[in-house]
Amino acid sequence: FFFDDLKSVTSADADKPQRSEPAAASFPPTFSVSEIKNKQRRHLMFMKLKQEKRKQKMQLRKKRKKEREALGDKAPPKEVPKTIENQRVYDETTVDPDDEEVAFDEGTDEFSAYFNGLTNPKVLITTSDRPRGRTVKFCEQLATVIPNAHVYYRRGLALKRIIPQCVARDFTYLMVINEDRKVPNGLVLCHLPEGPTAHFKVSSVRLRKEMKRRGKDPTEHSPEVILNNFSTRLGHSIGRLLAALFPQNPHFVGRQVATFHNQRDFIFFRFHRYIFKNEKKVGIQELGPRFTLKLRSLQKGTFDSKFGEYEWVLKRHEMDSCRRKFQL
Amino acid sequence: MQHDEVIWDIIGNKQFCSFKVKTKSQNFCRNEYNITGLCNRSSCPLANSQYATIREEKGQCFLYMKVIERAAFPARMWEKVKLSKNYEKALEQIDENLIYWPRFIRHKCKQRFTKITQYLIRMRKLVLKRQRKLVPLSRKVEQREKRKEEKALIAAQLDNAIEKELLERLKQGTYGDIYNFPIHAFDKALQQQDEDSESESEEEDEEEDEDVGKREFVAEEEVDESDLSDFEDMNKLRTSSDEEEEEEESSEEEEEMETKGSRSKGKSPANGAMVRKKRAYVEIEYEQDTEPASKSRSTS
Repeated sequence: FFFDDLKSVTSADADKPQRSEPAAASFPPTFSVSEIKNKQRRHLMFMKLKQEKRKQKMQLRKKRKKEREALGDKAPPKEVPKTIENQRVYDETTVDPDDEEVAFDEGTDEFSAYFNGLTNPKVLITTSDRPRGRTVKFCEQLATVIPNAHVYYRRGLALKRIIPQCVARDFTYLMVINEDRKVPNGLVLCHLPEGPTAHFKVSSVRLRKEMKRRGKDPTEHSPEVILNNFSTRLGHSIGRLLAALFPQNPHFVGRQVATFHNQRDFIFFRFHRYIFKNEKKVGIQELGPRFTLKLRSLQKGTFDSKFGEYEWVLKRHEMDSCRRKFQL
Repeated sequence: MQHDEVIWDIIGNKQFCSFKVKTKSQNFCRNEYNITGLCNRSSCPLANSQYATIREEKGQCFLYMKVIERAAFPARMWEKVKLSKNYEKALEQIDENLIYWPRFIRHKCKQRFTKITQYLIRMRKLVLKRQRKLVPLSRKVEQREKRKEEKALIAAQLDNAIEKELLERLKQGTYGDIYNFPIHAFDKALQQQDEDSESESEEEDEEEDEDVGKREFVAEEEVDESDLSDFEDMNKLRTSSDEEEEEEESSEEEEEMETKGSRSKGKSPANGAMVRKKRAYVEIEYEQDTEPASKSRSTS
């Protein structure tokens, strides 16, 4: 009985706003839905308000669409929605594809040996002290993705002592995966013969068995490499750093591709197998681990945390203040 | 005078002792001058007039002895003796200072001193090794970055980007000759042949049933003259009625296949897959033939 009373009250009241809504102009100017004390009524009024707004929006859209069609060819061009990529603050270090200075720099930097085909990549993957389950599996899977990669356990050795040994054994890359609470969260990528060292933050690691609809394990063929959206000078150098992990001549027979896609300073890594169904369609199937990298610092020489010369360091207060400004 | 028994009677078991820490199996004593750390009749610094401890300050060990005559002045009650850094000499010092003291206290002092030196040595070793630096994470910052990453992932549209890039590479010819799809340069030729063969294709429709089996051996792209000759050889392998008819049919079939390839995209993948499988078989024979490869490159 109590609830019936309530219902009758609300229905009676529901009628009232319906009657008074068409005369929207006669509402007191300071009316707002939040001033109604009764929760049920307030909720009802709010829903009605939302419906009204939606209706008006739809009407506006239809009107605009009619106007467009009426104008036909003379209609003004469709407005492009603003996206963060559209509104990106122009970075003065953006590389022009024809820039000679950049081309010269890239011809003589530390990766020129690789890009001229003189050296073959050989990667040493290791972790921080006492790695736990996920990190170990991640290392193993990375080793299958990158051809000519070797995983070694770090038994409390200092990096500074590992590096000369690696150089002596002809390694070109040292990859150290840092672990925190049984989950990989950092990556130090060091190009060995006096190369730059990049420190990344690793996030969203998905191991192979967590991937949906994945294919079989990757084969021994060298994959192709796709580098997307590395536009500034810094982005270029990071792109070259990542590309030099893989051998220069990919085996197209293997139909495997490793992608490093940079979007808003996050580098997404994916590993796929592709097949061309015809010349307009390609099917891709994801195998292999996926992870995201965010660059934290780039150091000129090999890994040296105390005396190293930093080429670029992420400074949060300067660089993260503007939403439209990106570094890579 | 000190009544140790009375003191212990009170604080030991019956009433409250502020230094006592009770656990399920044992009682500990939090008094900083306690020698063993346990709450015992013999280890209690308050309930023993004759008491001594070893304490360490900044790497230096001291022997503290309780002088019960100064019990009224707690600040001056404990006497401090600096022990030498040499382990053996320090032990001798302890012995010399605690001569005539109860065996228990002497023994426990030496034990404590040994433990302290051991942990001091370990501390010195650890400093030389690599030390883990703990970097504090700000939760707000981490949450912000996580959200940004999610939005960036959505904006990236990775699958599309990868597919686009692969198709561009195919167009530019980085894959060379592995995939033989008709490229744009061929499309115009295809369109011309489309117009020519429209009338002929209607006639061909009746013969399709016969041609299905033979069509497996025809390439989807333009078949060159050298391929034609091989193609005729292939036909000779199969039992067929007239060679002349086959020649005509084969030339018409080329155009038909090309029209089929350009028109019915729904069918061609199926055929293409079959053709590709068969071609894998056939390619082994053609691999020595470099002419068709060079010809296709020149036109593309």
